[in-house]
Amino acid sequence: MANVISDETIEYVGILAKLELSGEEREQAKKDMGRMLDYIDKLNELDTTGVEPMSHVFPVNNVFREDVVENGDDRENMLKNAPEQKDGTYVVPITVE
Amino acid sequence: MDIRNLTALELGKKIKTGEIGVVEATKAALEQIQAVDETVNAFVTVDEAGALRRAEEVQKQIDEGSLTGALAGVPAAIKDNLCTKDLLTTCSSKILYNFKPTYTAEAVRNLERAGAVLLGKTNMDEFAMGSTTETSAFGVTRNPWNTAHVPGGSSGGSCAAVAANECFYALGSDTGGSIRQPSSFCGVTGIKPTYGTVSRYGLIAYGSSLDQIGPVAKDVSDCAAVLEAISSYDRKDSTSLKREDCDFTSALVDDVQGMRIGIPRDYLGEGLDEEVKAAVLAAAKALAAKGAVVEEFDLSLVEYAIPAYYVIAAAEASSNLARFDGVKYGYRTEEYEGLHNMYKKSRSEGFGEEVKRRIMLGSFVLSSGYYDAYYLKALRTKALIKQAFDEAFEKYDVILGPAAPTTAPKLGESLSDPLKMYLGDIYTISVNLAGLPGMTVPCGKDSKGLPIGLQMIGDCFQEKKMIRAGYSFECTRKYEAPELAERRGK
Repeated sequence: MANVISDETIEYVGILAKLELSGEEREQAKKDMGRMLDYIDKLNELDTTGVEPMSHVFPVNNVFREDVVENGDDRENMLKNAPEQKDGTYVVPITVE
Repeated sequence: MDIRNLTALELGKKIKTGEIGVVEATKAALEQIQAVDETVNAFVTVDEAGALRRAEEVQKQIDEGSLTGALAGVPAAIKDNLCTKDLLTTCSSKILYNFKPTYTAEAVRNLERAGAVLLGKTNMDEFAMGSTTETSAFGVTRNPWNTAHVPGGSSGGSCAAVAANECFYALGSDTGGSIRQPSSFCGVTGIKPTYGTVSRYGLIAYGSSLDQIGPVAKDVSDCAAVLEAISSYDRKDSTSLKREDCDFTSALVDDVQGMRIGIPRDYLGEGLDEEVKAAVLAAAKALAAKGAVVEEFDLSLVEYAIPAYYVIAAAEASSNLARFDGVKYGYRTEEYEGLHNMYKKSRSEGFGEEVKRRIMLGSFVLSSGYYDAYYLKALRTKALIKQAFDEAFEKYDVILGPAAPTTAPKLGESLSDPLKMYLGDIYTISVNLAGLPGMTVPCGKDSKGLPIGLQMIGDCFQEKKMIRAGYSFECTRKYEAPELAERRGK
């Protein structure tokens, strides 16, 4: 395997991805990611010098509309989906000490 | 006559003339679900009460003359990544196990405007990540042709439901082949339209630059009619296109005289099952016999589509799935210390293995130091792939090939080796990268009795050529349903 994923890298990716892996999952993730990257490295065979990255196929850019509220107030219904709610707000653990 | 064997348009016609009632048709579908879904597991949610209520309402509107469309009153199933107001929408994930949207996806609203009766929500690979519908948190879906095999994925539930006569048509979504590959495995027809044709508003995003919603049905005519109904410009989707040529049913013409059809040699090489190859080439021959000019050509770059796709799709997924954090909806872990720990634990417990794998990969390729080498490289590759298709479509009206290298694998065979599973998407994935329309039409069966699908690819905005070719081919053979679809009652 050309790409060896270190403990530090998987730790860092875990922070970015907001995922917590168990010891076993971690080892598997290291192996899987290394293997995928080996495969993805195939793209290096292609000379892409001077090729513009294409994020979208069609030139649809800057779709603007007036900043006017069009949808109604659906707060109560939306809150029904929340794991925890109180007084019309979402409840989360303490964020500032 | 058995209602369940009718196509969507056949049923629509009989509803219109009053020969069949909407409630009667809805009951027939619900009875079929009851008879076979314990085996097939195509549905995550069946909304029996809602469907029957809606059927009465639609019947009234038809009687009054306010609903006159070809699909009015026809019962349909919806993939479970499309939001449906007040109806459970899970993406087949534990993290959305209890999510009831407050609004309905635009494509589904369009169907409702056309008089659809929604039967329920179909099973899928979790967040549409997978090719077998085995990564669902709510159990695997089984292939109606042989229940030891997978239906394909990720729209496996939609395709299996159509094949098993549990609905008259369904909606799926296609990010890398998720409509076309399961359609192939289940012996049904499915279309992925040009990117931007169907609004993605209310489609729970996986790879936003690749995702498109499309129809799954028993034949090309039904698919064309459903696609016509769901296509619309939508201000709520910033990638939606203003198209004036969405009268897809006008392309249902049995004529391919002089049509130029190209078969990429790259699609017939190593890895392609011999029986699949033979069926696809026989289909090409049938089209040639009808006057099409069929030839093989070199498309090039085919082997780079999968790595480019997995970088782009994983990158977009890692960003799109950041919203699932245990705060606004869905699953929240029971015990936690502080906010970040709550996020992490909710996500780690709520997402399945394949979803986590892709989020991790996506986070990595977007991270500082790797962004250029992986993400931008993949976007440059995408530009080259699009260019290769542009050149091909200067010579051909339609590109033809297999939808998948094999017929449906057995349950449990694919997940152990993710990379191998990814390789199964080789013929479908580049279509999404290039934003093209693609379609699968059944073209035969292998010696195990499993369906084989023919894929047709059109240039951007050229669905009609593809539909005409597909329809012309379909006219040479009869639709075949699996035996299980004939199973009645209990």
